[in-house]
Amino acid sequence: MVKSLGRGMFHMEQSIYIASCAAIAGKKEGEGPMGQCFDRVEMDSHFGQETWEKAESRMQQETIYTALQKASLTADDVDIILAGDLINQCTSSTYSLRPFGVPFLGLFGACSTMAEGLITASLILSSGAGKRCVAATSSHFSTAERQFRFPLSYGGQRPPTAQWTCTASGAVVLDTETEGSPAISGVCIGKITDLGVTDANNMGAAMAPAAADTLTRWFKGTCRTPNDYDAIVTGDLGMIGGKLFMELMMKQGYEINPCYHDCGAMMFDSLTQDTHAGGSGCGCGGSILCGHFLPLVKSGSIKRMLFMATGALMSPMLVQQGESIPSIAHLVEIVSGKEND
Amino acid sequence: MKITPELYKDMTEQYAPKSKSYVNISFAFLIGGGICLLGEGLLNLFEYFGLDTQEAGSWTSIILVFLSALFTGLGWYEKIARHAGAGTLVPITGFANGVTSPAIEARTEGWILGVGSKIFTIAGPVILYGTAASVVYGLCLQIVRCIMGDQ
Amino acid sequence: MLEYLWAFIIGGAICAVGQVLIDYTKLTPARILTGFVVAGVLLSALGLYKPLIELAGGGATVPLTGFGHLLAEGIRKAVDEKGWLGVFSGGLTASSAGITAAVLFGLAAAAVFKPKDK
Repeated sequence: MVKSLGRGMFHMEQSIYIASCAAIAGKKEGEGPMGQCFDRVEMDSHFGQETWEKAESRMQQETIYTALQKASLTADDVDIILAGDLINQCTSSTYSLRPFGVPFLGLFGACSTMAEGLITASLILSSGAGKRCVAATSSHFSTAERQFRFPLSYGGQRPPTAQWTCTASGAVVLDTETEGSPAISGVCIGKITDLGVTDANNMGAAMAPAAADTLTRWFKGTCRTPNDYDAIVTGDLGMIGGKLFMELMMKQGYEINPCYHDCGAMMFDSLTQDTHAGGSGCGCGGSILCGHFLPLVKSGSIKRMLFMATGALMSPMLVQQGESIPSIAHLVEIVSGKEND
Repeated sequence: MKITPELYKDMTEQYAPKSKSYVNISFAFLIGGGICLLGEGLLNLFEYFGLDTQEAGSWTSIILVFLSALFTGLGWYEKIARHAGAGTLVPITGFANGVTSPAIEARTEGWILGVGSKIFTIAGPVILYGTAASVVYGLCLQIVRCIMGDQ
Repeated sequence: MLEYLWAFIIGGAICAVGQVLIDYTKLTPARILTGFVVAGVLLSALGLYKPLIELAGGGATVPLTGFGHLLAEGIRKAVDEKGWLGVFSGGLTASSAGITAAVLFGLAAAAVFKPKDK
């Protein structure tokens, strides 16, 4: 069961365990500073497929298979899969899961999908509606570029605030049985936040207020402070959004700087990889959580962490109509098995 | 403390890095100038072979457009444009890149609704408003002619 | 040799104006291109573009302002010859080589090349 800590905020009274997780990333991500942490780095950005969209589906599918394999499971052992991506109608997820034959809930939360999936899965498992869930997400540079920006071979110049959509995918297997594994102990569902940013080339700035809002609510609801955590991690605020986020938190009276990390800022070396303000995309936060942070929680070097995936709920059409970009940030509290009592 | 959109706007402006404009403008000047230099060379070459100015101009455009389509297909145009910015955008090669790049990419959605309709997504506005502006100019000319009683 | 120098300088300068617009305004590339063509039509209509071409040759015809000039020139000639019909036929007739080449080579490129990752 869950205990409510406020609107949309819950403490898990029964631990929800992360039985296994997997991350697959593309070539450029593999060449970055985080390259070593992924289960696999695929050098062919087409993943052996005909189109970019099929490539992304394939990547997500293989990530889910890898996560299941690591827990010695098959798709038949899973009660519900929750997955989402950036592409219209969430096709990367639906086509990835088409052969699985597992009950499926499609999610859209832009780049916040990893946390949205973990929250939904935790609540489902807490209610007893299932024994084992998978939460997965993916993003692909080429599919995102096609849908949101320009053709790949178009000679446009990216402004310094632009972020680079990661070709990456993350999948997590959650259950109520694998004691000793990292566990989700609390969740906070984000609110749609909009401070009027209209620049689609500055997503970090659009999303930072959403992250600050969610984290402030969490601290107030739980009476915790940044000192209670070994790591506070955001999904893809990037270099600029990350700085704005720290400043916004400072204005609320919380200094998070010592334990703050952003997956978007970690993913690439912006000096040599020409990625400007850092990585972005559902797969950015998803793959670094699964490839880097969850293993650290498992080993016990991180005892307690917050993962907040941030999403710019942007549609090119609404931006053309002059609307600003609404954003959201969902929060998941993860504790190591040794910490959890 | 409440963060208002106005306050946040100031914050974002403070943190947003500025483009390295002097570098960008120099690159745009050099590469844009280079492409024009190539155009001038081709013009003179065609005139040397006896074409009049207008024909030489047309052939120059055709050759530049061909080179741009080739570079776009090989993935080179985008790499140059990353540094050149407006230097590769403003010359007619930029127009050709705007036609070729969506065409190549839409191939996976088929020849008619893919390539056929997407080929104009970037170049369409240029052709539309260029033509519209020239028609406005033509109307002005024609009205003046009528008033002057030429016709 | 001097004409090549002018072609380089004027062509480069027109592109540099475009870069200033990219860096200092929120204008998107599509708006800048459209603006350049319309500006070319306007400058040509005012009689300012022709002298620039006489000075710089390719430096003035290769940028998209030159494309605008071509449209305006075409209209001017067609209106002189055909009157009202010229208003409709002049612009695209003059610019047909460039547009047809772009569309045709674009189509050919779509047949030959596969989209590449960055």
